[in-house]
Amino acid sequence: MTTAMSQDTTEFVTVLIGGQLFGLPIERVHDVFMPDRLTRVPLAAPELAGVLNLRGRIVTAIDMRVRLGLPARDDGRTNMAVGIEHKGESYGLLIDQVGEVLKVSEATHEANPANLDPRWARVSAGVHRLDGQLMVILDVDRVLDNGIDALAA
Amino acid sequence: MDDLLREFLTETNESLDTVDVQLVRFEQDPNDKKILDNIFRLVHTIKGTCGFLGLPRLEALAHAAETLMGKFRDGMPVTGEAVTLILSTIDRLKLVLDGLERQQEEPAGSDEDLIGKLEQMALHGAAEIAAPPTAPEDDSKPEQPDDETAAGLLAEQTLERPLRPGEVSLDELERAFRETSVELPEPEPATMPAQAAMDLEAAEIEVAEVVEAQAPEAKAPEAKKPEAKKAEAKKSDAKKPDAKKSDAKKAVPKAEDDDKAPESMVKNQSIRVNVETLEHLMTMVSELVLTRNQLLEIVRRHEDSEFKVPLQRLSNVTAELQEGVMKTRMQPIGNAWQKLPRIVRDLANELGKSIELESVGAETELDRQVLDLIKDPLTHMVRNSADHGLEGPEERRANGKSETGTIRLSAFHEGGHIIIEIADDGRGLNTEKIKAKAIANGLVSEADAEKLSENQIQKFIFAPGFSTAAKVTSVSGRGVGMDVVRTNIDQIGGTIDLKSVYGEGTTVTIKIPLTLAIVSALIVEASGDRFAIPQLAVVELVRAQTNSEHRIERIKDTPVLRLRNKLLPLVHLKRLLKIDGGQKLDEETGFIVVTQVGNQTFGIVVDGVFHTEEIVVKPMSSKLRHISMFSGNTILGDGSVIMIIDPNGIAAAFGAGTEAHRAEEDDAEAAHAQAAGQTMSLLVFRAGSPEPKAVPLSLVTRLEEIDAAKIERSNGRWLVQYRGSLMPLVTVNPHVTVRSEGTQPMLVFSEAGRSMGLVVDEIVDIVEDRLNIEVASEQPGVLGSAVIKGQATEVIDIGHYLPMAFEDWLSRKSIRVGGPSPKLLFVDDSPFFRNMLTPVLRAAGYEVVACTDGEAALATLKQDPRFDIVVADVEMPGMDGFELAEQVKGDPRTRHMPMIALSSVATPASIERGRSVGFDDHIAKFDRQGLIAALKECTVEWEKAA
Repeated sequence: MTTAMSQDTTEFVTVLIGGQLFGLPIERVHDVFMPDRLTRVPLAAPELAGVLNLRGRIVTAIDMRVRLGLPARDDGRTNMAVGIEHKGESYGLLIDQVGEVLKVSEATHEANPANLDPRWARVSAGVHRLDGQLMVILDVDRVLDNGIDALAA
Repeated sequence: MDDLLREFLTETNESLDTVDVQLVRFEQDPNDKKILDNIFRLVHTIKGTCGFLGLPRLEALAHAAETLMGKFRDGMPVTGEAVTLILSTIDRLKLVLDGLERQQEEPAGSDEDLIGKLEQMALHGAAEIAAPPTAPEDDSKPEQPDDETAAGLLAEQTLERPLRPGEVSLDELERAFRETSVELPEPEPATMPAQAAMDLEAAEIEVAEVVEAQAPEAKAPEAKKPEAKKAEAKKSDAKKPDAKKSDAKKAVPKAEDDDKAPESMVKNQSIRVNVETLEHLMTMVSELVLTRNQLLEIVRRHEDSEFKVPLQRLSNVTAELQEGVMKTRMQPIGNAWQKLPRIVRDLANELGKSIELESVGAETELDRQVLDLIKDPLTHMVRNSADHGLEGPEERRANGKSETGTIRLSAFHEGGHIIIEIADDGRGLNTEKIKAKAIANGLVSEADAEKLSENQIQKFIFAPGFSTAAKVTSVSGRGVGMDVVRTNIDQIGGTIDLKSVYGEGTTVTIKIPLTLAIVSALIVEASGDRFAIPQLAVVELVRAQTNSEHRIERIKDTPVLRLRNKLLPLVHLKRLLKIDGGQKLDEETGFIVVTQVGNQTFGIVVDGVFHTEEIVVKPMSSKLRHISMFSGNTILGDGSVIMIIDPNGIAAAFGAGTEAHRAEEDDAEAAHAQAAGQTMSLLVFRAGSPEPKAVPLSLVTRLEEIDAAKIERSNGRWLVQYRGSLMPLVTVNPHVTVRSEGTQPMLVFSEAGRSMGLVVDEIVDIVEDRLNIEVASEQPGVLGSAVIKGQATEVIDIGHYLPMAFEDWLSRKSIRVGGPSPKLLFVDDSPFFRNMLTPVLRAAGYEVVACTDGEAALATLKQDPRFDIVVADVEMPGMDGFELAEQVKGDPRTRHMPMIALSSVATPASIERGRSVGFDDHIAKFDRQGLIAALKECTVEWEKAA
């Protein structure tokens, strides 16, 4: 784990999607849960995995693999979900696995490489160079804002 | 904000709304004392309350207005300017109140201008009025301010500031008190007689409120300002109490309240509850319902649970509680209309038009949440009608209309919905202009626009940023367009529709659910997923099985069900939602949820039906809202989330396919743009030639394929044993041969126990389209040709074939006839003949409105007397044709309208009777040619007369 603690550190919840490490700004993550009894929604966008009941609230689940253009999961393990609030609505981003909370220094932050898959570039707020691996910062707002709407339009 | 102030604001705003309404009425009928009294009382109460709370600006204004109205009560003539002045005063009051609400104190500003005018006007009146009444003393009760209470209660209100305009110093009050020891508490403020002149001076001092203490008709005593003030203090409507106790140096508002309490308790059994409290209650009840559902679900799994009985009870109590809470939220829609008379009046003045606003059904109740949401759209639409819809008086006169335009608001319940109509008799929508604008705005290409029907074009006014007003007036064009209206209505699950006839007016119909919160829903299954269908839309459930009476049949690829002698179009839910996995559907079995949306009935085929459940509708995520098949989602008792089907969406999907077809194919139709233009289901078949033929599906009782071996020939006619009796068969034309082997397709028409089989070669399809007959036909049995699904199609005249099967078919009863010339009212109790003759009449060039009986016809005429002719069956149950004619001829508005009687028994006696009640002609039911000829004749005469 990186513990390069300068003043400019940001905390991220890390998740794995298709083998890639992503970081979500910790203040945006409401909770992490097992998506249980997901109800599919016919006619919805493909990345819309369905809706589920999380403690009495209806949460819309977004399949991040579809969103990022990754193949469906085939390791037979269950997904996890990261709960996000966006414009007054509850969303759950379906991911492969939740990692730990990382404090990362701004010093390791870099913009998106120019050759990054545009689908990724659209939802990424840059990359952190960590020890041994790269962490893509997931811009939650962009995931939820222009994803489906853009497709629909 | 302190409670007192908040309550004051709520109450005052309500009072002001009422005043608005009353004033407009007052202007129309200045002699109505009662209305005047009401207005007076209201303004007075406002004034009193303001004084009580120490709101001098408001008080001074209300006071001046009241003074003027006092004059009116004394007989000063009410002029339009006076009303306008008072209305603007009320607007100012509202402005100040707004500021008060925001800043918790009166906004700075002067109202001298208005007050001056009010006084001026009152003065003019005063001159003519007898000398102002004198002192208030005449009345009985001594005014004894109960200082103790007063002082005790608002102790903190010490006057530590300079006097506001209109306030009186305590010293002065004190003096006044000493001078006048006696005051009269009046029984009711309303009775306060004119305080005429006195108020004038009073106005300056502000406080000088006439003591309304006076006995009802007593001369209005002219209160000296100070006394007046005290008087007020007493009055049951709060006033400016500070007067009371000078040495205490406090305002004593609460005293009033105390006085008032018992009275209002008696008067009125209701209390004010904060809306938030109600909302919270509602949320809690919703949660309770959910929890109860969960418990019920659990108990369902444990058969002999001891919880069963108490849970049942809990369930009942919850249901009642829910109902009760829902009830608290219901409000009459009139609350949303309250401001409209005023708005319309102001508009009429501003635009120089004469406008009458009629409203019907103001008492119709709906959920206040819904009410709030439709208030603005309604206001907007009424503004629109007044501004764009109605013409100015000259234009109206030129067009032969009365100078006064009418806007008619009506509301009524239908099923679980409330229907609101805003109708005007103005110029109607200019389709050409809209089309041009739509093309200019890029909403539609020029080529496509040509293909659209009139109604489709008119609907462009709901598109964002669409306004056809040539100039933006101060009235409309304020950045709120019909698109916003539609968005608002959509949001609450409502629909909006529009009908407009150029030159005759526009009617907008809004349909919205009564409540949004909790609905009863049927839980169904399709492809393993569960869905909720709102019970309101569900008519019945039918189980279809291969070998039962109900099985799903297909006409080409269209699934249909025979249900009580009707064909019901079906849609498979899983196919519609694209969750059938591309598998072939089980052909003949399934559960059919018979659903009704508006006047459209259809069946939704599902795999299973579970139970009904009260569900709490939760809004869908914004990511899902574009899916029109769903109206929301909910959490079921077992904790899972399911989607709620939107029957409107499904109905639209039914129409969508044909809509597309229409756009592609109906060039000719758009060109003709016949006013009639409603879509109907048409059965398309082939007979004798490759060209398709069609007949309205509603006329067809059943579609049959009969084993050819069963067809017999007897006495030169084809017959088949059908349902226990012999059914005559008729071929569509001589080119059709009745088959001798295999099966013979035919259309069966039944009425009153008799059936006829129309032999065809092949049944092709059922389509939803407009039936506009372009070319009338000379050929017997063919009404004419229409473009249906892009192909020229002959429309068959069933009326031609029926007598071929039974000579007396048409003479037995019902035939209904359409009216001549443009607009025709056709009255016949038999749906069969209605369906049959309507196309005939349309083909003859009439716009046909069909009614099922005399009462309905009268109601239609009452609502819209602009028909050119009435054609009525004389033999009808209930009000028959003769009676109808008497009524129509008895009404001055419709007296001139030509009427044609249709009858199967044309005896000289009945013809004579027909003449005597006012029928212009008498036609035998089956005589289509005769009818058309008679219609022409009547119309010609009618045109001459006009």
